[in-house]
Amino acid sequence: MAESVAAGRVTARKRRVHKDAKGWVFVGPFLAVFALTFLAPIGYAIYLSLFREQAFFGGNVFVGLDNYVEAIQDSKFWDAFGRVLVFLIVQVPIMLILALLAALAIDSLRLHAAGFFRIVIFLPYAVPGVVAVLMWGYIYGNNFGLAADLNDLFGTTAIQPLSSHWMLPSIANIVTWEFVGYNMLIFYSALRTVPGELYEAAAIDGAGTFRTIRAVKLPALRGAIVIATIFSIIGSFQLFNEPNILRTLAPNVITTYYTPNMYAYNLSFAGQQFNYSATIAIVMGIITAIIAYVVQLRGSREAL
Amino acid sequence: MSTSTATLTPATATSTTTTRKKKTGTSPLRPKRSPLLTGVMVLYLIYTLVPLLWLFISATKTQNDLLSSPGLWFGKSFAFFTNIKDTLTYNDGIFLRWLGNTVLYVVVGAGGATLLATAAGYGLAKYAFAGRRAVFAVLLGAVAVPGTALAVPTFLMFSNLGLTNTVWAIIIPSLVSPFGLYLMWVYATDAVPVELLEAARIDGAGEVRIFFTVALRLLAPGIVTTLLFAVVSTWNNYFLPLIMLSKPNLYPLTVGLTQWSNQATGVGAHPIYNLVITGSLLTIVPLVVAFLLLQRFWQSGLSAGSVK
Repeated sequence: MAESVAAGRVTARKRRVHKDAKGWVFVGPFLAVFALTFLAPIGYAIYLSLFREQAFFGGNVFVGLDNYVEAIQDSKFWDAFGRVLVFLIVQVPIMLILALLAALAIDSLRLHAAGFFRIVIFLPYAVPGVVAVLMWGYIYGNNFGLAADLNDLFGTTAIQPLSSHWMLPSIANIVTWEFVGYNMLIFYSALRTVPGELYEAAAIDGAGTFRTIRAVKLPALRGAIVIATIFSIIGSFQLFNEPNILRTLAPNVITTYYTPNMYAYNLSFAGQQFNYSATIAIVMGIITAIIAYVVQLRGSREAL
Repeated sequence: MSTSTATLTPATATSTTTTRKKKTGTSPLRPKRSPLLTGVMVLYLIYTLVPLLWLFISATKTQNDLLSSPGLWFGKSFAFFTNIKDTLTYNDGIFLRWLGNTVLYVVVGAGGATLLATAAGYGLAKYAFAGRRAVFAVLLGAVAVPGTALAVPTFLMFSNLGLTNTVWAIIIPSLVSPFGLYLMWVYATDAVPVELLEAARIDGAGEVRIFFTVALRLLAPGIVTTLLFAVVSTWNNYFLPLIMLSKPNLYPLTVGLTQWSNQATGVGAHPIYNLVITGSLLTIVPLVVAFLLLQRFWQSGLSAGSVK
């Protein structure tokens, strides 16, 4: 940190932070609840994943890593995983690029009523995900949605957002609609921290709008982009609400193992296979953590 | 003192560790406004607003009109107020019950989460106690684990503790916001001058008292932002109550609405589309209002450093 800047090193450190175990008074309550709701379930899930329920004798039997071996060979799991991976590779870049463009446009000072745009584009974030899905689900629907209107208008039946072919793009559209504004705000507030002198220097050097974006704004956004990417990856791997709610509208298209999270959920609550469900959850947790870590490493290495 | 409010969103907190300059974010020369750029952005604005417009228009329709009139125009009758009345009274006013539950979960859950995150963030920022680094490592590691992946084990644990189907099953997990903690940590580092704490200590004030009388006021803008995001995540919570609760009278709005929506299919289907749509609209309104009201804080936080 900035310790070395201060003149007297020892006194500076002493003044900067209070060396005192009293800090635990403030951190303790948070950590207690954190242990109960984060650490204990993780530990319990790991414990569960090492056992298997016996069909006839009852009770759990220790099976070591057998559940993990089963998960790795489980085609349903990989089917679900492949789907969220495709979703991630396609939807996340689209969403983040839209958010980036919106943030740059709002920050550019070239927009009429920039403040209004910022608020309205952020607005979907205030809409509960469940309501967003219900709303879009009806809009997609053939009964009274906009999709039905468009089909009537053009005299076709071509627009079928809830068909198996279009379901994943339809879900991607909902997620994009929900989260562009949130990511835009992340990028926009990073842009706000760019020192004015940098713009002045760029202007003196004769840099135009796009040059300034490339040389000044994008480097300033790097950290924000890494963070937003990690959040989006975690969000994609956790995909649950959207497909689970749309399932009632298209039960034949969305399977019980449409995403890894839905698979884990249905294993538990429809199949009572708690041990295997915990295993799936842990495998997904590990994969997510690894990918998030790699993205972070790459992001910070490129920053150097 | 005044520069501490320069930037104030989670984004800033997470993305920048650079020192904050007084003059930020504005190009030295004001460029001309561009109608073309504005036009392109209007297209995106339309995409953002059409679903909300559809929801609002649909909330004015009877069930028959929903099926017979175009989506983006009004139907034969204007049933907005009838729909609201029906939504609030359907099934002995269960919607109001769900609204009350949601408010309870938000007030206790998000309020508690903000309090815990604020205290812990302040503690981590201002006290060099042993184990601080370990706390940081554990938090980072745990945040990387997908939240919903924890849901099933949490359910089984709570089930063993007899907490499922109680309000605690929703409130306790809502109390932890690692993201809020991180935000408050970064914010407290800059916003609370150590000199001020030292002065208070010399005056003989205890640590807890210093926190409540000196630090809280300085942390207020950060607290509002943390609270805002905690409120959103608690209000929108769906997965947790879905698995924890099986009694409809404990449901929050999100789970209740999907249950109404599910009524339209299956055996003994009894669709109440107009109520689901009106209920959805009513669910959105409080959050949008909260955002617009609280927006002043994060607006001012966002723009404090920029040249007006």
